[in-house]
Amino acid sequence: MEGTSLLMLIYVFVLAAFVGVELINKVPPTLHTPLMSGSNAISGITIIGSLIAAGIGETNASSIMGFVAVVFAMINVVGGYLVTDRMLRMFKKK
Amino acid sequence: MENFKEILINITYLVASFLFIFGIKRMSSPATAKNGNLISGIGMLLAIVVTLMDRHIISYELIIAGLVIGSAIGAVLAYKVQMTAMPQMVGLLNGFGGGASALVGMAEYYHVSLLGFPDDGGKFLVSVGLSLLIGAVTFTGSLIAFGKLQGIVTGKVVKIPGQNVVVILLILAIFTLIGLGISQPDNMLFFELVVGLSLLLGVLLVMPIGGADMPVAISLLNSYSGIAGSATGFVIDNNMLIIAGALVGASGIILTNIMCKAMNRSIMNVLLGGWANVADTGAGDSSAADKVVKSVDTEEAAMLFSGASKVMIVPGYGMAVSQAQHAVKELMNVLEKNGTDVRFAIHPVAGRMPGHMNILLAESNVPYDKLFPLDEINDDFKNVDISLVIGANDVVNPAARNNPQSTIYGMPILNVDYSKTVIVVKRSMNAGYAGIENDLFYMDNTLMYFGDAKDAISKLVNELKAMNS
Repeated sequence: MEGTSLLMLIYVFVLAAFVGVELINKVPPTLHTPLMSGSNAISGITIIGSLIAAGIGETNASSIMGFVAVVFAMINVVGGYLVTDRMLRMFKKK
Repeated sequence: MENFKEILINITYLVASFLFIFGIKRMSSPATAKNGNLISGIGMLLAIVVTLMDRHIISYELIIAGLVIGSAIGAVLAYKVQMTAMPQMVGLLNGFGGGASALVGMAEYYHVSLLGFPDDGGKFLVSVGLSLLIGAVTFTGSLIAFGKLQGIVTGKVVKIPGQNVVVILLILAIFTLIGLGISQPDNMLFFELVVGLSLLLGVLLVMPIGGADMPVAISLLNSYSGIAGSATGFVIDNNMLIIAGALVGASGIILTNIMCKAMNRSIMNVLLGGWANVADTGAGDSSAADKVVKSVDTEEAAMLFSGASKVMIVPGYGMAVSQAQHAVKELMNVLEKNGTDVRFAIHPVAGRMPGHMNILLAESNVPYDKLFPLDEINDDFKNVDISLVIGANDVVNPAARNNPQSTIYGMPILNVDYSKTVIVVKRSMNAGYAGIENDLFYMDNTLMYFGDAKDAISKLVNELKAMNS
């Protein structure tokens, strides 16, 4: 996506933040902890950048940092989704 | 072929972004939330798989090793963690997310520096600077929050001399260094210093936040981890990162706001180091000597409960500390068997993170439709025979309503004092987090039931069972 204008990216950011506010305001307080851990898992999306950094093909500072980033991001992603699932399984109606 | 792959990748990113949004939308009800989390997880899986086809990726050894190690650690954490420890778990996960964002920013910077910076690299360098700053602050800030919640770092308000001045100078220094890094991109020292100072800033920002203010800190760090992801999205020109990061950023900000409102405090007041700062004049009449505390033993408490038709249970952090949620559920069973109506009133800041009490009660199989948030339940206390307060203190202190001099005046509280009888389960007469006396304990309709929450409730359950048989 080289050459994407900065303004375009800011557009996307602002609109997504707006969607986020609208969605999150509808989440009831009883689900706030799973919401946090679940959204936390989504922030692990930085895994995409980590994968590219780790796979550049040479072993240097960049790829080592990429590797550590992949580990960190995967802990965030896998831990986040699984623990959210574990919590949500417990929520039962009478 | 390369072109086709590129298109496929971008379309999949679009689909994944949609799945994230749709997944969060389904979080709006406990009935659909589990499915929503799954949908969002599928979005993540698609995004990861399709990224492996990216033309920039040449070797897979490090990637596979990283994926395996990270997934294994994440899975073990997710299955081992106790529900009472969920706040520190979320804090830790936030930290890893923020750390990953900062690492990607730095890796990209090193990588591009080897290729030579383009003439119009300003946007890239600004984004790198921001992703390093936010990512590094999130990383160390979350680790400190984790340490405080886990009891490794003191839960007290800790400040260095001239705290606020130091923090402001540090922020100015970081932005100056980012500016220098942008004007002289080949001198790597500038951005390396940005990382170092940002790591320090994260520590300094979270150290002054005390125990009961942790719901705010955790929410805010959650938001930071999202914004760090967005900043990384600007670094690598990736819309999906920007969208996902913005969603999480918004979620964290909203929760932060809800938590602050629930304490009637501004975000700055919380961040700058808590109630300890406020000049306390509310303690004027708190000479406990001339006040009478009435206490009950298990037998008397059981008698009261067996005669009650409406009971409201108000849990607080003390319930989590003593792992009393299963005993509480048993109490609910016994009372309901007796024909008593049992409900739960949950204050937004009860516990150490938003919704902390709700997951503990869900764990012990209390149906979620028995749990009511403050604004739905507060007018109902006058119809309640017994309010049972378990390990909660400041959130039921009537001074917040009655005493304009009190530090917590104006904070929304649960009106337990309006019910006919209040029974407070508490280990001792010690003050709560705000460090002030609780007038509730001395009221005519209040009875103190001293003991560890789990212990006391279990005894009560046994007594009630014995009476019923």
